[in-house]
Amino acid sequence: MNKDQHVEFLLRLGDNSLVLGHRLSEWCGHAPVLEEDIAMTNVALDLIGQARMLYSHAGEIEGKGRDEDAIAYLRDVLDWRNCLLVEQPNGDFADTMARQFLFDVWNFEVFSALTKSSDEQLAAIAAKALKEISYHRRHSGDWVIRLGDGTEESRAKMIAALDRVWGFTDELFQMDDVDKAALAAGIGVDLEALRPAWESHVGAVLAEAGLEKPSVTWSVKGGRTKGHHSEHLGFLLAELQFMQRAYPNSNW
Amino acid sequence: MSKEWPLWEVFTRSKAGMHHRHAGSLRAPDAEMALQNARDVYTRRGEGVSIWVVKSVDITASDPDDKGMLFDPSDDKIYRHPTFYDIPDEVGHM
Repeated sequence: MNKDQHVEFLLRLGDNSLVLGHRLSEWCGHAPVLEEDIAMTNVALDLIGQARMLYSHAGEIEGKGRDEDAIAYLRDVLDWRNCLLVEQPNGDFADTMARQFLFDVWNFEVFSALTKSSDEQLAAIAAKALKEISYHRRHSGDWVIRLGDGTEESRAKMIAALDRVWGFTDELFQMDDVDKAALAAGIGVDLEALRPAWESHVGAVLAEAGLEKPSVTWSVKGGRTKGHHSEHLGFLLAELQFMQRAYPNSNW
Repeated sequence: MSKEWPLWEVFTRSKAGMHHRHAGSLRAPDAEMALQNARDVYTRRGEGVSIWVVKSVDITASDPDDKGMLFDPSDDKIYRHPTFYDIPDEVGHM
């Protein structure tokens, strides 16, 4: 695996965390109850912390002097490698929890595998992150069950929410040349092989929530591998990067 | 039915702590969610911490008006307090 691929592989992971962390931060002060407000910002802080570690590591390997801030604030849409799922808008609380849950279950499997990465720094980051992701997965899974098994209205909203984001999950298991090179080098993860574990966990939670697996037939890919994003990411980055664009290279 | 979630009292024991202390209260729909919320709000996820949550309605508190009846009698009977024993130094603080 060459250096560029190694950096790219790390940026994909970091971009997932930062974009989803940013999305969750948008909930701050707007959650259904105070306790959930704290829980969601907590998860956001975990994710942003993960992104920082992954970006710093990627910047060191790249060796071109980019630090975590340069990576977060000085790349435009086409350079971002997050999966499409995490950039989807928050919508209502069910939309946010559906997105979070499907991602958390996948992220848990990915970081479990990464704890054995031959990139020792990445393995250490994964070991730290996995504790956080375990909590995220339980929290979002609990809400899928509560809303699915709640009132008629909450159930309808959770069904609609899962339908809206389900088509973005295929992308999570797609392997391109970078993923294959990372796997061959012992650094990465066999994403295709994670699918049964993901389906099994998601299926168990949906069953407990009394929900069916969505019968969505469309699927969209290209965020992780090509930087082909939905229309939402540009707006997210405009907000995220505004200060750096307006006042470049400030100390903060 | 009240739309308000029930109130829970939170007790936490820190890593080096000997017993649970009352940390505060919060609202949650059930015990499991109360635990998760307590973890976020009161422990900042410090490792090795034990959390108890109990519904506030399940706690019976002493009545402040009964203060005299409940607590004063022990004050004027010094023999209730084991303060007359010489404790060997090697026992240390008791």
